Amino acid sequence: MSLTKLIERLLQLVPVLLGVSVIVFIMMALTPGDPVEIMIGDQNISAEQEAQMRRDLGLDEPVHQRFLTFLGNAVQGDFGTSFYHRRPVSEVIAERLPATIELSLVALILALATSIPLGVVAAIRKNSVLDRLATVGSLLGVSLPGFWFGILLLMLFAVHLQLLPVAGRISYQSEIEPITHLLLVDSLLRGRLDAFADAARHIILPAITLGLPMTAILTRVTRTSMLEVMRTDYITFAEAKGLSRRRVIYRHALKNALIPTVSVAAIETGSLLGGNMIVETVFGWPGLGRLVVESIFVRNFPLVQAAVLLYAVTYVMLNFIADILYTVLNPRVKL
Amino acid sequence: MTDTAASQPLLSVSGLRTVFETRAGSVFAVDGVDVNVRRGECLGVVGESGSGKSVTFSSVMGLIKPPGRIAAGEIIFDGRDLRALSPAEMRMVRGGEIAMTLQDALTALNPALTVGAQIAEMIEAHDPGLPRSEPARRRAIRTRAVEMLGLVGIPSPDERLRQYPHEFSGGMRQRIMIAIALASRPRLLIADEPTTALDVTIQAQVLELITELRTELGMSVVLITHDLGVVAEHCDRVMVMYAGQVVEEGPTAEVIADPRHPYTKGLLGSIPRIELRGQKIQPIEGQVPELIDLPPQCRFYSRCALAGADCLKPIEMRRVGPDRQARCIRTRKEVGA
Repeated sequence: MSLTKLIERLLQLVPVLLGVSVIVFIMMALTPGDPVEIMIGDQNISAEQEAQMRRDLGLDEPVHQRFLTFLGNAVQGDFGTSFYHRRPVSEVIAERLPATIELSLVALILALATSIPLGVVAAIRKNSVLDRLATVGSLLGVSLPGFWFGILLLMLFAVHLQLLPVAGRISYQSEIEPITHLLLVDSLLRGRLDAFADAARHIILPAITLGLPMTAILTRVTRTSMLEVMRTDYITFAEAKGLSRRRVIYRHALKNALIPTVSVAAIETGSLLGGNMIVETVFGWPGLGRLVVESIFVRNFPLVQAAVLLYAVTYVMLNFIADILYTVLNPRVKL
Repeated sequence: MTDTAASQPLLSVSGLRTVFETRAGSVFAVDGVDVNVRRGECLGVVGESGSGKSVTFSSVMGLIKPPGRIAAGEIIFDGRDLRALSPAEMRMVRGGEIAMTLQDALTALNPALTVGAQIAEMIEAHDPGLPRSEPARRRAIRTRAVEMLGLVGIPSPDERLRQYPHEFSGGMRQRIMIAIALASRPRLLIADEPTTALDVTIQAQVLELITELRTELGMSVVLITHDLGVVAEHCDRVMVMYAGQVVEEGPTAEVIADPRHPYTKGLLGSIPRIELRGQKIQPIEGQVPELIDLPPQCRFYSRCALAGADCLKPIEMRRVGPDRQARCIRTRKEVGA
């Protein structure tokens, strides 16, 4: 992994971000609905006042002019002011981001921790009851829509059984002084096990809902690639060496079988970004996903624009991380 | 190699039947095979694809997996019945006392692990004499790994331990696989088609290496191949397999000079030879029969020029010389006798 490669990757970001900005700008401009009208709502406001609002928000200029202004500011790190919050977009996003990062990380960890062992066991005990359950389960996991599955979980665990909270990140009485703004981490750092348990109880359902499709896909990918690897000559040779079955499976087979899993996991982590919007809305999770959904409804152009750019950067970076992991697992590939 | 009454064969397989259950029926890939490998000798096992030569020795190694299974037979290695061993005991024999190399080293070596790691785990799994303390243990394993790579002729073995299989040439990879197999100081090496994937010039080097190491380490070698030329040059005795059975067995020189089974004769006839330039190579007509629901008759019947009505019954191995057997009732009359 050389520095030139890193710089090359970062430079590749430039056209991607430019393209994404243009597309989002055009799409927002073409979407029916006017932010000023939405803000005014039923209030009685003179045409004069309305024109003033439009000028304040910079919406009186033609689209191409607005785009150039946005680009000029964005290059200098200024993404504009949220129409709705009347504060810098970057500030608003920064407030909501930790919640989304925390939720995504927990979903990712849950997905990896269940899908890889499940895929391995399903492959090793091919056609067993467990394999069949995993196959059916992963088919369901891919097919179930997140909003529906999330509501189902809520009804069962929060409403009927009343075991878990319905919404939010943490209860008021458990609030703690932030350090990293990731509540699970902060509560441990502050030694507040009660707050940790409380945060965990809040995050578990949304994390399961968010991670389910990824778990399903990764289970299938791991199972398939494990089955493929177990048929190779190097597994036969490893067995002929008289190694224990454990060693053959975990050292010889799994390292090779994980190569496709890692690539798919990176792409799927990117798709968690989209899943976040739905899951955060269903579970009232105060993260970026819900913020973006709300902003789209009120045509809060600057915020949507900045958030989408952030998604794009994240996506490209995830792929970059996948490439690095790929070379770690597969010595035949050099970046 | 002479066989004295005092020394039992190192490996003695009798009546081995290995079956693969398929939807179409049971495939008897190995059907009543007897093998004797004597101490210190090189036994060549010849036959075309599907003759059962690889399956026979995979059975010996205990590497047959479902849908395959060993249906019958006895596998005695150095006085021990391998089929009666527990999985853990069998694991010590497999790789430890009987080692195996596969046809293509490119696919047999794990692409994701360094060559050093792949040798080290073999030593670790089978050497009870390693030091107890971790650093000393590691040093001993490393020394041993370097020694093994040197033994098979890899230049600067010390540095190459850290490299991955794809960083070596085909011939070097084959040498590495041999080094791994021999790292546990086995008493029997089963080399499954060790040269098929290699260039002709490299083939000779690898076979030379195996022959040298056999003498040096005093082990027995089973050389599975479809090349009678290789057998002629490197093996004391040869066993010819056809359709899951042994059809001929004996000292290499005698079998080649005077084959007693029409199939062996056919194999010899299909080798291109320089002194017969201009003449057409004689292929064996027809195909190996499907190994499902075989009629109880000579398996070579459909392809044999000498076949007659008396071949339509089960044919047993018959003694055709002091140390030779063949599975043909017509040998004495027509085949080269």
